[in-house]
Amino acid sequence: MYFSAKNLTGGYGGVNIIEECSFEVNQGEIVSILGPNGAGKSTAMKAMLGILDLKAGEVILDGKNITKLKTQERIKSGISFVPQTNNIFTELTVQENLEMGAFLTDGDISARIKEMYDLFPIMNEKQDQLAGELSGGQRQQVALARALMTNPKVLMLDEPTAGVSPVVMDEIFEHILNIKKQNIAVLMVEQNARQALDISDRGYILVTGRNAYEGSGDYLLNDDEIRKSFLGG
Amino acid sequence: MRNNLDIKLAFGVMALLLVMIGFLQSWGVALAILNLCLISAVMSMGVNIQWGYSGLINFGVMGFLAIGGFATIIVSVPPVTEAWSAGGFGIILSGLILFILIAGIFYVHRKWQSKYKNYLLFFLVISVIPIMKLVAGPSISAIESIDAATSGFLGGFDLPIILSWFVGAFFAAIIAFVIGKVCLGLRSDYLAISTLLISGIVVSYVKHEEWLTRGVKNVTGLKRPAPFEVDLQNSDWFVNFIEYLFKGRLSKITDFEEKVILLNDLVMTSSSIFVKLCFSLIFSIVVITLLVFSEKALRSPWGRMMRAIRDNEDAAKAMGKDVVKRHLHIFMIGSAIIGFSGAMLVTYDGLFTPASYQPLRYTFIIWVMVLLGGTGNNYGAIIGAFVVWFIWIESAPFALFVINTLMSGIDNTNQLKMHLIDSIPYFRYLMMGLGLLVVMRYRPKGLLPEKIIKN
Amino acid sequence: MDFLNAIVLLTNYIIVPALTYGSQLALGAIGVTIIYGVLRFANFAYGDLMAFATMVVILTTWYLQSLGITLGFLPTALLALPIGIIATIILSLFFDKTVFKYYRDKKSEPVILIVVSIGVMFILNAIVRIIIGPGDVIFMDGARFIMKAGEFKKMTGLNEGIALKSTQVITFITTIITCAILFYFLNKTKTGKSMRAYSNNEDLALLSGIDPTKIIIYTWVIVSILATIAGSLYGLDKSFKPLSYWNNLLPIFAATIVGGIGNPLGAFYGGFVIAFTEIGLTYAYKKFLVYLLPEQLEPSSLVQYISTDYKFAISFAILVVVLIYRPNGIFKGKVI
Repeated sequence: MYFSAKNLTGGYGGVNIIEECSFEVNQGEIVSILGPNGAGKSTAMKAMLGILDLKAGEVILDGKNITKLKTQERIKSGISFVPQTNNIFTELTVQENLEMGAFLTDGDISARIKEMYDLFPIMNEKQDQLAGELSGGQRQQVALARALMTNPKVLMLDEPTAGVSPVVMDEIFEHILNIKKQNIAVLMVEQNARQALDISDRGYILVTGRNAYEGSGDYLLNDDEIRKSFLGG
Repeated sequence: MRNNLDIKLAFGVMALLLVMIGFLQSWGVALAILNLCLISAVMSMGVNIQWGYSGLINFGVMGFLAIGGFATIIVSVPPVTEAWSAGGFGIILSGLILFILIAGIFYVHRKWQSKYKNYLLFFLVISVIPIMKLVAGPSISAIESIDAATSGFLGGFDLPIILSWFVGAFFAAIIAFVIGKVCLGLRSDYLAISTLLISGIVVSYVKHEEWLTRGVKNVTGLKRPAPFEVDLQNSDWFVNFIEYLFKGRLSKITDFEEKVILLNDLVMTSSSIFVKLCFSLIFSIVVITLLVFSEKALRSPWGRMMRAIRDNEDAAKAMGKDVVKRHLHIFMIGSAIIGFSGAMLVTYDGLFTPASYQPLRYTFIIWVMVLLGGTGNNYGAIIGAFVVWFIWIESAPFALFVINTLMSGIDNTNQLKMHLIDSIPYFRYLMMGLGLLVVMRYRPKGLLPEKIIKN
Repeated sequence: MDFLNAIVLLTNYIIVPALTYGSQLALGAIGVTIIYGVLRFANFAYGDLMAFATMVVILTTWYLQSLGITLGFLPTALLALPIGIIATIILSLFFDKTVFKYYRDKKSEPVILIVVSIGVMFILNAIVRIIIGPGDVIFMDGARFIMKAGEFKKMTGLNEGIALKSTQVITFITTIITCAILFYFLNKTKTGKSMRAYSNNEDLALLSGIDPTKIIIYTWVIVSILATIAGSLYGLDKSFKPLSYWNNLLPIFAATIVGGIGNPLGAFYGGFVIAFTEIGLTYAYKKFLVYLLPEQLEPSSLVQYISTDYKFAISFAILVVVLIYRPNGIFKGKVI
């Protein structure tokens, strides 16, 4: 597997929010982490990013153990993250948001920026507008584009469709599918489980901080028990 | 019980240090430190109520102190009759007009419904100054021209000066009400900056409105709640009392003339100590009363609510507490106490010198006292006031000592050494800054931390 | 003719002084606003930081003068600026490391940082007064005037003259150049953009690989440069007195808030807004009106809105109006 997390255990203070969670994702694959509220989905993602101190477990990227690396070093080694909220620089223009995404890249980034405008055409006309002035869906695209600027191998998304209308949700999932085509490993936490599984290759369902179920998207979607408990029938 | 021990220990050390100064330097110095410490304790309790009880930053301490000082003039100075006959009518008239204008502004603010309301309000507020200048201007120059060298102002009401302490508190509370109405909804840093600016305005007012305060010409020879030294020295009972007190020492001297000289000497020094003691007594009564009330308030349901608001404003709001209104009350109470202490200070000094109000000395030092002593703890505020005053007074001799020891091999005419010795007064600011930083870092809750009150 | 005289009068007593004073406030306010944007607290030690910086410049100027080095018709202090800047950067970084960093790492509330900055203020204030004394220091040399009022009168034949002190011109030009460079840096360079990004969204900046330690160093460097330039220009124009820098801090804060706290461009304009209102409202318009009005209407009073004693009141009034009607500042705050 290209990117994997094994037996992650940790939390805030003395309480473990996640216990022995494991996830894997390959390049060109979309993997969703699902589960009820408070299951520890976002915490698991923070653990993989190194924002949360782990008590046990390890994170492996392309065969290298990165468990000891700090967040910034993980980002340098090819992981990119889109937080759920505050995921753009509202006071910077769209163009500047992309430039900041590529902050760690030395040298010319204009080609990469152009690729982003091709991938998200709507942003092309709004290059010089402040990102804070865009609509919710457009902001989400800026957030994705910013995260992609580093040419990441692994892209982590924390609820990319939270709080957007169903039409915009479809649009965002469409973009995520396009991102997958660039041979990027996409790992996302989602509330809209059914729609997420529709585009996912595989999925994990967390319950109270532990892996409860895992399998291909089709399998999870078609399993009666899972559908009843987690996907709303 | 550990906390109580801390308090006893702190106050014990404080008393010990004062006694030491009494024996080593003089009792006059010791009492002077004690008195200023008591006044400062009142100031810092005022700030402590605002900052410690509810987290309000008031950087306008200097302004409220000046208001209190101004009250002593209004209350205690005898009226200057010529000034009143020259411009009194004009002043009263303009006071009336000012009142009508302000009432009009409030009326428009409350009752008027129009899309031009804000413009009208703006215009009204702006127009107050020229109108006042127009109506009061001639009277003001008439007053200021009367006997300018010795008076040139309206004077006051010739009432006992102790009354001015309460009037000062009342004035300060009114100003605090106005400031609070405008600024209390703001973020904490805006409040800090606004209060700082307002205190600047207040001080420029007392400094420049000579018809009211004599401005930079100062008002001296204020009344006292305690006897004057000269009166004591001339009163038989005091001389007899001193004679009785030092009977042993006097009886050892046989020569009559020497005896009289010694007695005179003793009467002189004792009279000043006696006066200081009188002040200490009055100030102690104030401090203790205030302490009792503050402690009671802190333990009352009201104090509980205040702490709840401070510790979690959002939760308090959600529970239906009117946070801004509570803040306004506490801002007014705290400012009133500061105003009270401002009047005390001027009374103790016996003179009102508007030019001496500097933010460093009259705002931020008080803050250092509160932070050093212990935010939210009234005993801490007193200890803080004491420690700061102690350092303030003793840092000059200390700095001199350090300079002399470090540069003992160097000639006294050495330029650097002379320069440093000239700069000794500023070392106390250095000490204050260092002290503040050290406390904030290593003892962020102060020397006497706030006690957790379990209800 | 009367009309021209009136205009010249206003230029000499309002426009020129306000442009100068506005420049000084603008530079100061930009410094305060950048600290606020990146480090997120109102730095009450800033006035004394300016005083410290100016002090170093003065001492260097004296040293240069003693070596016989001057700048001809320009003040020697300009030559001493780099030394002042370096010393101020070192001092700022020292205080950041020993004082502010601790509270930043602890994520203390802004109020605590304000209180801490008061401590730093005390120390700086004491250091400056111990080293150079509390009195007035005049360190201006070179040509005093670019144009004297008399020369202007002779040239134009008008009754009124415009006097241009060289410090006024130097102040204005230096401010414009400094601000142009600063805004170019903030808006066009990668480092500048990353500072704005950090100010706007700290967490996302971290996720983008922006290094906070570097941002904070850049911030203190920029702020120190601004403080040295602003302080020295003020000292050249008026005179150097440690406490006057503290007094200037209040209009600087007002300018910062008027411009929208955290917004450098706003602070720039805010400085001029405060300066023009302050000088415009404390100027006595009598002579101006005498030129314009027919004789019967000539005013007998000074026609001054408020006496100069109440300069604070003007800053404060503007502040209150802004806080009530536009709490985020006229130019919308919280960007750097």
